[in-house]
Amino acid sequence: MVICVIEFRIERRSGTAAYAQIVHQVRDAVLLGRLRVGDQLPTAREVVASTGINPNTVLKAYRQLDVQGVVETRAGAGTFVIAVPERVVDESASPLAGSLRAWLVDARDAGLDRPAVEALVKAQLDRTFREERV
Amino acid sequence: MTPPMAQPLIDTVPLRVDQVGQRYGKKWVLRGCTFDLRPHAVTALIGPNGAGKSTLMSAVAGLHASTEGRIEVQGAAVTASPSHPDLGYLAQDKPLYRQYRVRDMLEIARHLNARWDAVHADELVDAAGLDRSQRVRTLSGGQRTRLALALVLARRPSVLLLDEPLADLDPLARLEVQQTLMTEVADTGMTVLMSSHILGEVVDLCEDVLVMGTAVGGGGRITLAGPIDEILATHRVLVGPGTSPGDLGFLPESCIVEEQHAARQTTLLVDRPVGPLPEGWTIADPSLDDVVLAHLRAGKVKP
Repeated sequence: MVICVIEFRIERRSGTAAYAQIVHQVRDAVLLGRLRVGDQLPTAREVVASTGINPNTVLKAYRQLDVQGVVETRAGAGTFVIAVPERVVDESASPLAGSLRAWLVDARDAGLDRPAVEALVKAQLDRTFREERV
Repeated sequence: MTPPMAQPLIDTVPLRVDQVGQRYGKKWVLRGCTFDLRPHAVTALIGPNGAGKSTLMSAVAGLHASTEGRIEVQGAAVTASPSHPDLGYLAQDKPLYRQYRVRDMLEIARHLNARWDAVHADELVDAAGLDRSQRVRTLSGGQRTRLALALVLARRPSVLLLDEPLADLDPLARLEVQQTLMTEVADTGMTVLMSSHILGEVVDLCEDVLVMGTAVGGGGRITLAGPIDEILATHRVLVGPGTSPGDLGFLPESCIVEEQHAARQTTLLVDRPVGPLPEGWTIADPSLDDVVLAHLRAGKVKP
C-alpha cells in the first residue's frame, strides 16, 4: 500500500496550462523536501479522480519531469522521484547545451527575435515528442 | 512506461465525418462538415448556438440519416438506427423518464441495450450517491446528469458524444461530473467529443478542439481543428503601426486569420510562426480564446 504524499491543486483560470502547474508543483515539492528521492507520485487515475482534469494532461506532466530527470516512470510500478531538480540541470557540462547555444546564436544573427525562436523551438519540440507517442 | 490504458497497435479513426450535410425542408442547418477524431483524445466541439453541433451529434448517433456525406464510427458507416454499439451519446436534454425511479431507469436501460455492464452501472450510481428508490423528477440537475451519464457509460462505449454535458450544473456538480468522466477516460481510453458554446467550460478537459462556424448556406464548417497545444504553439498576435491592408507584403497572405486596422495600429492574428518582422512590429502569444474567436469571426476554412 502506497500512501500519496502530495496532492495537486489545479487552478482553472490561472492562465498556466494544467500540465505546467503539475510540473511546477512537483519540482517545488522536491526542492522544499516535501517529496524525497524514492517517493511515488500519485497515479494519473488518482490525480484525475481528485481534480477532474484529463488523464493525458497528467501523463504529459510526468513525461516532462521524466525528460528533466526529476522522476522516472517504471513499467507496472509507477512514477518515482529520482533526483532533486538542481542536480539534474547542469547545463554547462552538457555538450548538448553547447550545440543548442551555438544554434541560438545563429538564429539571433539570422534576425529572429526571442519569441520567434521560442515559437520555432516549441513547434519542433511538439512535433518531435508527438512522434514518440505510442 | 506503462500507458494507463490498453491501446491497440493500429488505431482506426474512432469517428470520421466526411462532407456531412443536413437539410430540413429547404434549409441547410449543417453543410460540408468534415473532421476526424484522434483515437483516445478528448475533443471539444465549440461553436455558437445554431452552428449545427447538436444536429451533427444526433446524426452521428444514428437518430436521423444525414442528407449528404458519410459518417464512420470505428471504421463502420453509420446509418440511421440502430446506433453503432461502440457509440455512446448523451443528448443535451438528458433524456430520462421523469416519473420513474432510479432503479426503474437502470432496469429499462439494461433491457434496451444489447451490451450492458450492470456492475459498472451500479458502481456509477453508487458513486453518484443516488438513492435507487428516488424518482427522476426529484433529482437535482447534477444528479440527473450523473444518472444519464451512468446509463451511457454502462454501454461501455469506445466513442462517447456529449452534447453540452456541463451546461446548467453548479460548480460542485460540474467537478463531480468531470471527475466521473475523466476517470472513465483514464480507465478505458475511450475517445470523447463534447460540445459547448463556452470554450472555458470544456477547455481544461480537452486535448483537441474543433471550432464550428455559422456560415451563409448553413453551419457546420470546421474553421479550426487540432491539438490545443499545437494551435497555441503556432498562432501569433502581431501588433504594428497603422497600415492599409495592402501593406502587409512581408507576410504570406494565407497566414493571416484576422486583421484589425485602427488609425495608428494594426493587429493581426497569424496561424504560423513568422520570421523577422519590420521595424515597429511586436509579437505576442494569443490565448486560446483569442484564437477561437478570431477563427469564428473570420469563418476561414482550413484544409
